[in-house]
This record gives sequence, structure tokens and C-alpha cells, in this order.
Amino acid sequence: MKDIARMVIVLAIVCLAAALGLSKIYGMTKAPIAEAMRQEKLSAIKAVLPAYENQPDVDAAQSGGVTYYIGISGGSVTGVAFEVSSMQGYSGLITAMVGVNPAGEVTGVRILSHAETPGLGAKFADEGYLAMFIGKNLEGTNWAVRKDGGDFDQITGATISPRALVSAVKAGLEGFNTAKSSLGIDRGGE
Amino acid sequence: MSAFENLTRGLFKENPVFRLLLGMCPTLAVTTEAVNGLGMGLATTFVLICSNVVVSLLRNVIPAKVRIPCFIVIIATFVTIVDLVMNAYLHDMHKTLGVFIPLIVVNCVILGRAEAFASRNNPIGSLLDGIGMGLGFTGSLILLGSVRELFGNGTIFGASIFGAGYNPVIVMILPPGAFITLGILLAIINRLASARSAS
Repeated sequence: MKDIARMVIVLAIVCLAAALGLSKIYGMTKAPIAEAMRQEKLSAIKAVLPAYENQPDVDAAQSGGVTYYIGISGGSVTGVAFEVSSMQGYSGLITAMVGVNPAGEVTGVRILSHAETPGLGAKFADEGYLAMFIGKNLEGTNWAVRKDGGDFDQITGATISPRALVSAVKAGLEGFNTAKSSLGIDRGGE
Repeated sequence: MSAFENLTRGLFKENPVFRLLLGMCPTLAVTTEAVNGLGMGLATTFVLICSNVVVSLLRNVIPAKVRIPCFIVIIATFVTIVDLVMNAYLHDMHKTLGVFIPLIVVNCVILGRAEAFASRNNPIGSLLDGIGMGLGFTGSLILLGSVRELFGNGTIFGASIFGAGYNPVIVMILPPGAFITLGILLAIINRLASARSAS
């Protein structure tokens, strides 16, 4: 009986000390973690939008379940960034940040996370590859990879990942078009 | 047992990866690049040193029958600390290593050292043992990561070795490459070890 009491007490004290220590560390790291996540998002937004002077993650608007990060310079909207995702990749979820200007042209694409094959599909995350999205819009572009008769290069040995990305960006642009009026982007230069 | 022996045991003679074959899950999974091996190794080393010292300090207090739950709570605490701190200050590395940071909890090397060494030795010895085992683990992961990165990407720690014209052997950074590399390295090390004991 005495044994059991001792076991219970020791185990309880160990767990209590662990919980106390962890709550302390959690409190200390909470703000830096939130900041690191924010910086990660901001650097992706910065890479896909034309120059802006505001804080796009503060001047953000929700529409249709998507958050639109709005870049403003000199009082007018320079571009809008939003996240797109696809489960059509070779393995797992692909998420990307897409930037468009008020005219509806893509200003940049960055991959946020993916689990595609390193050295093959993963090459779609290269800046050089993603540059071909720049300037494309919904109307004047055939949103498919060349193999499917579209305007986008696939990667040698990996068609699935680019195909997923292209259709995800297209779907994102369509969503943006619908959301445009509610976001007030149509105001243009005001 | 001398202090020197406590420190160096984990480096070669009882190297956790190449001699004891413990902790294979992170060893195989994260060593696609040398820098990942380094990050994983150092995270594990921190947990190993802290848990070894704490387990050793509490070795006369913890009743034998509940020692494993106590050890696991101690180890899990330090792993969670590493997880939070890395997420806050080494965000990119934390993202790359992903789920394998929390999984340090179930790394056999750590519980193995707590049970086999720290629970029977003084804190100083346990500290040295933790450092030695941790560095042995880290070194092994860097070695594996370097070999895989070299052949799979033509670089080591991101520095180009083979030049731009190198056509990478992609299988080396895919899961099969982990098994192939580990197998070849183990064969070489076993050969060296047996040649040594024979002479």
C-alpha cells in the first residue's frame, strides 16, 4: 500500500513539474511563433505582389472562404494575393500564394508547401518555372499544360504536379473574379 | 568507468546509428540533406543530454515500477520544448523536419540511454554519456545526409561539389536511397570493425 502511494505521488509530481515547465515555455514562445508564421506568409505575399506600402495581412478581406491580402501603394490597389491549393498533385496537398493586379493579370506565384517528388515534380517550386505564370490572365490564356494542349510548360518526367498547380491557379483566379466586386478592387485607381 | 570513456562511447564503439542500430526512423527519414541531419541530430542531442541528467538526478526517487512512465514524461517534456523553440526561432528548419521533431519522443536512443545508463549512474557521467551519444547520432546523420545530398543533388550543405553539369541520382534523396546508403555505410563500418578486432 505504501508502495502504491509513493508511485502515485512521484509520478504526479513529475507530471506536474513537466506541465508547469511546458506552460512557461509555451508562454515564452507563443509570440515568436506567431511572428515567424506571419513573416513566412508576408514573404510569400511580397514575392507575388507588385510593390506596396501597406501591410497586406492587415488590409485583408474575406470572401467565399478565401482570404485576400490587398497590396496598396499611393492610395490605390496594386495587387491582391491569395492562397490556392490542390489535392491533384503526385503526393499530398499543394498550396501556393498567387498575386494578381487589378487588371486580372498574374503578378507572381510561389509554392507554400508541397510533398512532390524531390528532383522531379518538386522542380515546379523553382522561381524560374513559376515565372511563366506572370502576365497571364483568365481570358487570354489556355489554362492547361502543353501536353494537354494548354499554354504552360510541364516539367520533363513530371506532368502531374504542374497540371495540379495550373488548375489550382486557374480556380483561384476564377474565385478572385467572383469576389472582386465585394472586395472593392474594381474601384481601380481611386 | 572513466569520464573519457563515458564521453567517447557513443561516438564510435557504441555509436547509436551504426553500431546499435537505434533511432532508425529519423535516421532514414530526414537525411535527404546534410543540414537536415545536423538539425535533427542537434535537437536529439539536446533532448538526450537533458533527459539523461534529469533521469540521473531522480534515479533514487523514482520507484522502479513506474520508471518508464516517468522517463517518458521527462523525455516528452524536453521534446516539446525543442519543438516550440525551433518553431519560434528556426522556423524553416522546423518546417523541413516537420513531424519528426515530435517523434523524437519515441526515439529508442533516448529511452535506451535513460534506462541503460542514466538511471544507474551519476549526473556527471550521464551528462557526458548524453553528449557522446548525441554527437555520435548527429555525426551519423550528417554522414548519411552528406552522402545522399552529394549523389542526389551534387551538393553538400548546399555547396556545389560536382558542378552544374552533374546529373543527380534522384533515387538517393528518395526513401530507397536512405536504405541503400545506410546499408552500404553499415557494410563498410562492419568491415572496418571486424578488421580491427581481428588484428
